[in-house]
Amino acid sequence: MTTPAHSHSRKSRVVAIDPALLQEAARQAWRKFAPAEAEKNPVMFVVLVGTLVTAAITVQRVVSGAGFGFELACSLILLFTVWFAHFAEAVAEARGRGQAASLRSARRDLSARRLLEQHAEGRNESVAATTLRKGDRVLVLVLTGEYVPADGEITQGIATINESAVTGESAPVLREAGTDHSGVIGGTKVLTGDIVVTVSTDPGESFLDRMIGLVEGAKRQKTPNELALTVLLAALTLVFLIAVTSLPPMAGFMGVQLDTVMLIALLVCLIPTTIGGLLPAIGIAGMNRALQANIIAKSGKAVEVAGDIDTLLLDKTGTITFGDRQATEFLAVDGIPQQRLIAAAVLASLQDPTPEGKSVLRLAQERGHTLPAMPSGATFIPFTALTRISGLQQADGSHCIKGAGEAVKRWAELQRLALPPRLNTLVEQVAQQGATPLVVADSSAILGVIALSDVIKPGVAERFAKLRALGVKTVMVTGDNPLTAGAIAAEAGVDAFIAEALPEDKLNLIRQEQRAGRLVAMVGDGTNDAPALAQADVGLAMNAGTQAAKDAGNMVDLDSDPTKLLAVVEVGKQLLITRGALTTFSLANDVAKYFAIVPAVFAGSLPAIATLDLMQLHSPRSAVLAALIFNALIIPALVPLALKGVRLRVQSAEQLLRNNMLIYGLGGVALPFAAIKLIDLILALFL
Amino acid sequence: MHAVDFEKTSLAGALTTALRFSLLMLLVCGLFYSTSVTLLGGLLFPARASGSLIQRDGQVIGSVLVAQPFNSARYFHSRPSAVNHDPTATGGSNLAPSNPALRERVAADSARIQNLEGVSAHAIPVDLLAASGSGIDPHISPAAAALQAARVARARNLDSEKVHQLIALHTETPQWGLFGQPRVNVLRLNLALDAGAETDTRHD
Amino acid sequence: MFEIILIVTTALLLAWPLGRYMAAVFSGAPHVSDRLFLPLENLLYRLLGIAPTQGMDWKRYGAAFLFSNLVLGLLVFGLLLLQHRLPLNPDGIGPLSWDLALHTAISFLTNTNQQHYSGQAQLSYLSQSVVIVTLQFVTPAMALAICVAVLRGMMGGRQVDGAADNSERDLGNYYVDVVRSVVRLLMPLAAFMALLLTSQGVPSTYQGAANVALVDASVETQEQTIPLGPVAAMVAIKQLGTNGGGWYGPNSANPLENPTPLSNAIETIAIVLLPMATVFMAGYMLQRRGFALMSLAAMGLLSALCIGASVYSERLPNGAFAELATAGANMEGKEVRFGPDLSALWATFTTQTSNGSVNAMHDSLNPVAGLVTRVGMLVNAIWGGVGCGFVNFLVYVWITVFLAGLMIGRTPEIFGRKIETREITLLGALIVLPTLCILVFTAITLAVPAITGHSNPGFHGISQVFYEYTSAFANNGSGFEGLGDNTPWWNLSCVVVLLLGRYLPLVLPLMIAGSLARKRVAPVTSGSLRLDTPTFCLTLVSVILILNFLSFMPATVLGPIGEALALAQPTTIVTEVLP
Repeated sequence: MTTPAHSHSRKSRVVAIDPALLQEAARQAWRKFAPAEAEKNPVMFVVLVGTLVTAAITVQRVVSGAGFGFELACSLILLFTVWFAHFAEAVAEARGRGQAASLRSARRDLSARRLLEQHAEGRNESVAATTLRKGDRVLVLVLTGEYVPADGEITQGIATINESAVTGESAPVLREAGTDHSGVIGGTKVLTGDIVVTVSTDPGESFLDRMIGLVEGAKRQKTPNELALTVLLAALTLVFLIAVTSLPPMAGFMGVQLDTVMLIALLVCLIPTTIGGLLPAIGIAGMNRALQANIIAKSGKAVEVAGDIDTLLLDKTGTITFGDRQATEFLAVDGIPQQRLIAAAVLASLQDPTPEGKSVLRLAQERGHTLPAMPSGATFIPFTALTRISGLQQADGSHCIKGAGEAVKRWAELQRLALPPRLNTLVEQVAQQGATPLVVADSSAILGVIALSDVIKPGVAERFAKLRALGVKTVMVTGDNPLTAGAIAAEAGVDAFIAEALPEDKLNLIRQEQRAGRLVAMVGDGTNDAPALAQADVGLAMNAGTQAAKDAGNMVDLDSDPTKLLAVVEVGKQLLITRGALTTFSLANDVAKYFAIVPAVFAGSLPAIATLDLMQLHSPRSAVLAALIFNALIIPALVPLALKGVRLRVQSAEQLLRNNMLIYGLGGVALPFAAIKLIDLILALFL
Repeated sequence: MHAVDFEKTSLAGALTTALRFSLLMLLVCGLFYSTSVTLLGGLLFPARASGSLIQRDGQVIGSVLVAQPFNSARYFHSRPSAVNHDPTATGGSNLAPSNPALRERVAADSARIQNLEGVSAHAIPVDLLAASGSGIDPHISPAAAALQAARVARARNLDSEKVHQLIALHTETPQWGLFGQPRVNVLRLNLALDAGAETDTRHD
Repeated sequence: MFEIILIVTTALLLAWPLGRYMAAVFSGAPHVSDRLFLPLENLLYRLLGIAPTQGMDWKRYGAAFLFSNLVLGLLVFGLLLLQHRLPLNPDGIGPLSWDLALHTAISFLTNTNQQHYSGQAQLSYLSQSVVIVTLQFVTPAMALAICVAVLRGMMGGRQVDGAADNSERDLGNYYVDVVRSVVRLLMPLAAFMALLLTSQGVPSTYQGAANVALVDASVETQEQTIPLGPVAAMVAIKQLGTNGGGWYGPNSANPLENPTPLSNAIETIAIVLLPMATVFMAGYMLQRRGFALMSLAAMGLLSALCIGASVYSERLPNGAFAELATAGANMEGKEVRFGPDLSALWATFTTQTSNGSVNAMHDSLNPVAGLVTRVGMLVNAIWGGVGCGFVNFLVYVWITVFLAGLMIGRTPEIFGRKIETREITLLGALIVLPTLCILVFTAITLAVPAITGHSNPGFHGISQVFYEYTSAFANNGSGFEGLGDNTPWWNLSCVVVLLLGRYLPLVLPLMIAGSLARKRVAPVTSGSLRLDTPTFCLTLVSVILILNFLSFMPATVLGPIGEALALAQPTTIVTEVLP
């Protein structure tokens, strides 16, 4: 059964590549030689054909008794070139499968109580979770500490749930029917409360299943950009195929016969095997990274699009701020000592169960005030919609209350208290800062104001700054009045905000941004977010959210952390950068390979061309082998980069391009010169 | 909601338009432009427009722009021509630097000139050995003219100094001091020799 | 060197205002020149039976382009076949063989002007001054029209406001664009230039050839026949329209076609004037000054490198002259009035721009300069042909944007329009096309020595064949003239390469532009790729160089590079492998 410890092991497995995983990948790499697998990758297909031709020549030479060492070596290196490409893909898949498997194990062997009638008290039957269909209603009882058998939405009841099996987060979460937090995931454990869950997916079609499919090769579809790049690589492969096959007739004109094995070596070195071999791995690794961030994308395309996001739409509450307003300041009116205000505020909040009340106590403690015990004989005055104040009536009949400005003023009038002259100024001042003023009074006077502020989550401003540097504009949506909203927007560093927003405003804003050509991402959890999530180019639904929201979005965040979108944007960008960088690197490598192999191909017959042998390689054969070995080894050497992705620095597009061109372009030209020379030196010892 | 109403065109309509277009362009560009510009050029620059021909005693004896073959020792020789200085078959040798045939030809010419002018190979200016691009290059370099001066003077019993003066007189300097190389028009120089070199026929 | 700088600077200074004027011409907005040209244009529109305001989407624009070429091509083929029966043939020139007539028609129709005939000997005045001159006007105008349509497409077409996403956009009216290019641009420029050339001595007459009695009585032949004709009118447009070819066989090396250094300067400027002006025009049409400057910088950098290498190479002695003459510049195939510098400059420009006329024989260039001519043609976008050069340049830009866009982590986009699989598929075809046409045909031709027709052995023989197909594909038309190329194989295989090299590189980009035009435009943010920076410019130059290096390095090793290396080896000047 799943435990938090189990899920932690999943997280740690993601980071390291353990030997077992590599062994499994190595086995899988051999299976990918099957023709059906091979033809998916035009670049590697050409290498495979080259391998077969070289092998055939080797066999023919063995049979005819000619020397075959060079041919055999070439065949083997070519074989391993293909194998390395398969291996890269297999490693990425194995890692994904490892992550997915632990998720999947969460739901193994679960059974469910399927309701046969419409209400929870009706008859039910016990079935295996795997037989549940969309629309089935199942009863989950807390009595036995049952597991939720399938993804679904609570339609009755309220429960605290431990989702650590899926999210790795051990703190229990609250899920309730009819709220924006009604979604449950199969395999999570109910801690308190009995609930009725309506199953939302058929077996094998849950988010998790889809994600598993995406990281495993079988169901993986090429994303649009990957497809475009594959086409480009195929075109380049064709170019090199023509360039190499046109050589023998030209050489024939000069009266020269060229060695077929050398020509195949030339071809394989020129076609973009590096990027061709790593391309599938890069895509899978991108999905893995998303999964690692506990984000389940419904398609690879969604992750890719995330890198292009221009505008990010964020709810203020829960995303930018903690969502509950907290006391941040005590402001006493003239003539009242601060300590008296704090003491009264504390008394008024002692029994207040609301987060605001608790935050008053916390702030008082922070200001060095020790919390008193509940005075004996005192009674709590709860907040009512009528009075809109709350507080404490002490044994002597005196009061300590707090409440909204107008409500306290009305109360003070009844108590015949004078309104301090500065009170209105204080109240306005607090409101202008985007905070909510609570006025505090006791039976003798109005004492002052508590400022309740939306507290901005730590690190949010930095994240927005990072997004801005990447060209992403952030827009905050809030129901607050423009004054409050503006203050928070300024503090959080968003680029724009919509105040007093109605649910449909989100949808309108998205459409408006899209009409201006922007790609919009948004985060949502409520049912009324669903249209906007569907309209957005990237809709990140909170896992805790309603089923409608999860269906409408194209990604689900298991942690229900709205700021996660930043991570998705980064994953998307990294995906493209890694592809671009390795393509550039692959093409740049060809320059050195030309200078190694072309002189070797013509060495025996056209001595003039030997001048091109800039690297002064040992012999034509060692030159060809060195280039081939480099060409093969560079694939596994770059696997870690393909899996991790090129590091995304916060830089302008111009700087990014310059750095990547320097590293992968210029570096790509220079590195193979050194590497091929080095390999050749080593080979020279044996030849 | 479409802003443009793209005309529905039939294949026949498209072909008719294309045919009209082709015929109109033949008229406008081929006939109208060519004819008017050619006639206007002839009106404005009659001599230049008709080939910059030179007449002597009522007979056309050449064009300033076209090299003639000169063989006699009494004349300055033009550059080698791959087409025997035939203006109807103009062209160069089209021999690449790596072509053995070029080496052979240059070696033969070099030997002939060394013999004719009594100089060593290193004294022969390149243009006197290199076939021109057109095969009718009317010019030689001043150095190539100077090389031949002694021989021409001998053949004509002229003072070598006078021949050199004549060369200087017929050396065309860069146009406006900006364009081109210093050069000597062989036909003009030879005609000047024939005419006794009294008059200055310097071009431009 | 000073003269080269003077010529290049003058060309740039003239191209700037000209580009601005061109942008105005194609915008269709009222212009001061309307009073002069509008009546003629309106007459032409009426005779054509078209409504000049009628827009065309990319399909209709492309179809109009192809249809007009088909019909014009058939007409020209017919006129060439029948030239001996038609008027304006004072020298009684006979018929052309069918394959030569076909090659000539296609060659001029594709703005290549590759000549497998020898001008003055095989074409009548009608063929030269009516048929060929017409094509020399119309074909650059057609390519310019396509270029303008592509640029409009990159901006979303002519009616951007109110157009629905994914709707076909109006890229202009093909016939209007062609007529305007001819009437407002090419014809006035050509007429002015023709008169300038006549003033320098280029013949401008309908008289037949002049017969000349030779001065030196001691030579064997006693007569010279000097062919004349309406030369100036044709030379002007063949230079301006990056047509190339010429009235006479060796083109502008012939002193009748290019009599003075001044005429040479004019003709050299004319080669690059419109291609340079197109860059400025694009800047105005795209309303992106930075992009135009970046394009100028990229082309200028490549061009300057090529000119430098070429001049350096031609100032070196010709290897065959070693020890046989003074150690001077390579003068084989060159004219004294131009000398090595101006010949090298011309050779560089004429191959970069798909012009192809020559003022010196490329066959006899030193190997490095020979290589430079091939670089110019293979890249085919350093200035490039009128219209098509900038379109080719845009193809390189699109490819670079795709790579660079990936490297900054966004789906690649140009001016806010995304480059996706459809565009990349078309670009992929454009990447494969040059190798397919040039290398495959070179290999086939060399594999059958009987059809090769080379006049030089070894490396240079390969160079000749490679050059001919490169020149045909690049629609350049210059040639290593020593090639025996008037054979059915050469005529027909070149026709195939000419057609592929002309129509696909124009129509595929038009398709891309049509597809880009339909797309949603993303606004520029700090995360967008900027095309007006030195980084992008250098990336673009690297992509151009690497793509061509990778495609053609093996072939050039067996051609000019091998030749250069062989020449550099002191003992092997003439002992290289013979076929």
